[in-house]
Amino acid sequence: MGSNLVLPEFEPIFGILVVKIEEMISAEIKNKYELVVGLEVHAQLLTQSKMYTADSTEFGNLPNTQISVITLGHPGTLPKVNRKAVEYAIKMGLACNSNITRTNIFARKNYFYPDLPKGYQITQDKGPICVGGEVPITLPDGTQKSIALTRIHMEEDAGKSMHLAGEVDTLVDFNRAGVPLIEIVSEPDIRSSDEAYAYLVEIKKLVRYLEICDGNMEEGSLRCDANISVRLRGAKEYGKKVEVKNMNSFRNVSRAIEHEFERQIELIEAGIEIISETRTFDATTGTTSGMRTKEDLNDYRYFPEPDLSPVIVSEEWLASIQESMPALPRELYNKFIREYGLPEYDAGVLTDSKEIALYFEELCGLIHNYKAASNWMMGPVKSYLNELTLHISDFPISPRRLAELIELIDEGKVSFSAASQKIYPILLEDKVKTPLEIAQSQNLIQESNEESIKPLVESVLAENSAKVAEYRSGKKGLMGMFMGQVMKKSQGKADPKVATKILTELLEN
Amino acid sequence: MEKFLSFDDIQKSLEIRETDCKAIVNYYLQNIQTKAHLNAFVEVYKESALEQAAKVDEKIASGKAGRLAGMVIGIKDVLVYKDHEFNASSKILKGFISQFTATAVQRLIDEDAIIIGRLNCDEFGMGSSNENSVHGKVLNAADESRVPGGSSGGSAVAVQANLCTVSLGTDTGGSVRQPAAFTGLVGIKPTYSRVSRWGLIAYASSFDTIGIFSRNIRDNALVMEIMAGPDNFDSTASRKPVPKYSELLHFDKRVKIAYLKETIESPALQKEIKENTLSILERLKEEGHEVEEVEFPLLKYVLPTYYILTTAEASSNLSRYDGVKYGFRSPNAHNLESMYKMTRSEGFGEEVKRRIMLGTFVLSASYYDAYFTKAQKVRRLIKEFTENLLNKYDYILLPTTPSTAFKFGEHSNDPVAMYLEDLFTVQASVSGVPALSLPNGKDQQGLPIGIQVMANSFKEAELYAFGSYLMELSNN
Repeated sequence: MGSNLVLPEFEPIFGILVVKIEEMISAEIKNKYELVVGLEVHAQLLTQSKMYTADSTEFGNLPNTQISVITLGHPGTLPKVNRKAVEYAIKMGLACNSNITRTNIFARKNYFYPDLPKGYQITQDKGPICVGGEVPITLPDGTQKSIALTRIHMEEDAGKSMHLAGEVDTLVDFNRAGVPLIEIVSEPDIRSSDEAYAYLVEIKKLVRYLEICDGNMEEGSLRCDANISVRLRGAKEYGKKVEVKNMNSFRNVSRAIEHEFERQIELIEAGIEIISETRTFDATTGTTSGMRTKEDLNDYRYFPEPDLSPVIVSEEWLASIQESMPALPRELYNKFIREYGLPEYDAGVLTDSKEIALYFEELCGLIHNYKAASNWMMGPVKSYLNELTLHISDFPISPRRLAELIELIDEGKVSFSAASQKIYPILLEDKVKTPLEIAQSQNLIQESNEESIKPLVESVLAENSAKVAEYRSGKKGLMGMFMGQVMKKSQGKADPKVATKILTELLEN
Repeated sequence: MEKFLSFDDIQKSLEIRETDCKAIVNYYLQNIQTKAHLNAFVEVYKESALEQAAKVDEKIASGKAGRLAGMVIGIKDVLVYKDHEFNASSKILKGFISQFTATAVQRLIDEDAIIIGRLNCDEFGMGSSNENSVHGKVLNAADESRVPGGSSGGSAVAVQANLCTVSLGTDTGGSVRQPAAFTGLVGIKPTYSRVSRWGLIAYASSFDTIGIFSRNIRDNALVMEIMAGPDNFDSTASRKPVPKYSELLHFDKRVKIAYLKETIESPALQKEIKENTLSILERLKEEGHEVEEVEFPLLKYVLPTYYILTTAEASSNLSRYDGVKYGFRSPNAHNLESMYKMTRSEGFGEEVKRRIMLGTFVLSASYYDAYFTKAQKVRRLIKEFTENLLNKYDYILLPTTPSTAFKFGEHSNDPVAMYLEDLFTVQASVSGVPALSLPNGKDQQGLPIGIQVMANSFKEAELYAFGSYLMELSNN
């Protein structure tokens, strides 16, 4: 119990497998260099309407069904800021201890692309909504580190260009155009692919706890670009950075970083200068390749968006957002360790998802044997969820009923094995009966009264006088056999603790 | 005989049942036909205007008519009207039908105004002569060999030639005031943000305003008080309440007036305009107002600032016309890049392309600080100077234009000479303050001269009241 406990909705946090295509450079050479990574994470916000229009953001509808004249950039239209999106951005900033900008202006980022209806993206340039901040991470070996944030800013998503098989033309779906995004930009504080991975896990946890983004990287609601450079250990200056795009999973971000690290070292070792460029990651080969250099020549001509009046974050507004902040994974993690006395491992697993953590919190409000509660969560509860790939919200046993079951064990009324193997499966099916009622109806209530167990022990010893003599002459291993007999006689209802105590008393005297 | 020269006339005729809206619309339709060669209208909404007239007549009969019942309005080809085509006088918007109506237009319709058609203008509002239009040039009815001014040239001529009661134009750097001066009309550029820009095809978003052409102050004030005010579709629209301008026209105060030395002494200023301006200043003094000359050393920076900032915004605002979603797409394109290049090269006119190039240049990384950032700073200085002056003085008076209407082609080969047309109008645009152009006599060739009055932001009521007084004074 407790080893392979992975929540179905999460990727494994630790122990990432980095497949190396070839061992190209020696560990000795590699060790001369330090990896420097900064990540830019785009999170699609879970608002019902778009960043600057009332169009729906619902995913998966027929192409071009969520496109008002504003989304399409028809002449004469003007954007209007979605305050919910601003609120979500502020929540992320508060969760990361960023400074919240009070007067927010927007900017236009100009470029031509068919999926960009206005010919510019409305984003923030100078004066992002959140400035600074940090994201604490835990590495596989338990080391704690904090990754500083540069900024978090608000912007809108583009549409999708679709190249259908057999079609000469490219089609454009504008449903996604204008969906609100936040871009979370880290400082170049990341020093390994493990750190990058742990950072992304933490970001995903945060956005999901805050309920501002579903955090699904495969579906594109969380996207990550990596700025990667290398330098000699001890060097003060950063190396030339390369931006890598098109990594659609946390694991691929790790792979791309590992690959770039080696590629860049190889170039430097060969005396070739690194060029600042945008590269794309190929998941099938695990390598990166340069994109057209045209991308690098883009001059986005940012300037203040004149069609939006500044969004002012008032004291009242900020205070109300602060009040609505949920408990954060880091806070719960610390609380589980400090207040509940749980091991770090337990705290980590239990705070992987907000729903599990909140279920556990509720459970701990009802009973005091926190470690037992943790064991139940990480054992029977998660096994059940994993087996059926269910979410905790679909778990049929309420915290109250689970608490009752744990209490029955604590009070010695049922054994753990009876509880986990007999009562628990029934509880999963039967939503009416209490654990006690099930224990009674199944005849599982333990006998913990010494007066009633003692005669059973006495009769077992009387029936096995030869073994008793062997025991007394030193064959202590026979204790298990006596216990088995007692349990059998009691039909499994004798409290093992009480039975052991009586057995020991009678045998030793 | 000319009829319906003011909304007051119309209302009186309607009141005594001498006429009805249908007859009024028919009268204007007849005029439009007779004066078709002026090329003011791009499209006449004959049927829908007559239908609307019938509806308004019914409302009048049942006593439920709105405040603009009987008013017939033409709108510039950059203000959108649901289910109607508009092009911003550009080939690139050929065939484009709007799916919504501009807030300003809708508010007029809601008060039973009748929209009679859309009016010619310079492409995307860029021009000072109405010569940059896919629909062809507009003739000044005062002298058909001359321009009506621009960019709202069609809107000016439509009222000048009595083709509608009032018209809407847009004013980014003088596009209502300059043509109003050239055609002898009252033209206002309101405070920036006073009228919602929802439905106004953007030229330069932080300068664009919707203005009005009329023959008299009252009609202008009435339309403005109905159009202005907050709008949920435009977050930049001011939330300040709108006074009933048309009921606040009475003027009997002694006021302080400044005139700008550099404008009066400008070598570009036509002799008669200078004389007329000085003479009205003299009349004001005689009437007991305080009139003082002040220096405006920033005048020489006003045009460069205006052209850097407006072209920067325009280069971005016009990016959406790319052939992907609507309007014109070059039939010669063979891939994505050629679609962009050919659509935009063939779809935009020369002046628009010039401004897109200029705007792209001033926003480019290597020149951003030298041009855009600096122009933003200078804009703030001009705005502060103007506002401070308007805290000290009630009004600033200056000529609307350096010259009266010029001949077609006169400035066609010299964009800078054309830009100088805006010399006196861009100060209010850069500062965001309201400005009114009023007729102030004629030059020796009989061409109308305009005088411009600026007041501080949101002082439209004071501006209209003073304008009304000034018109009486200049007529005496």
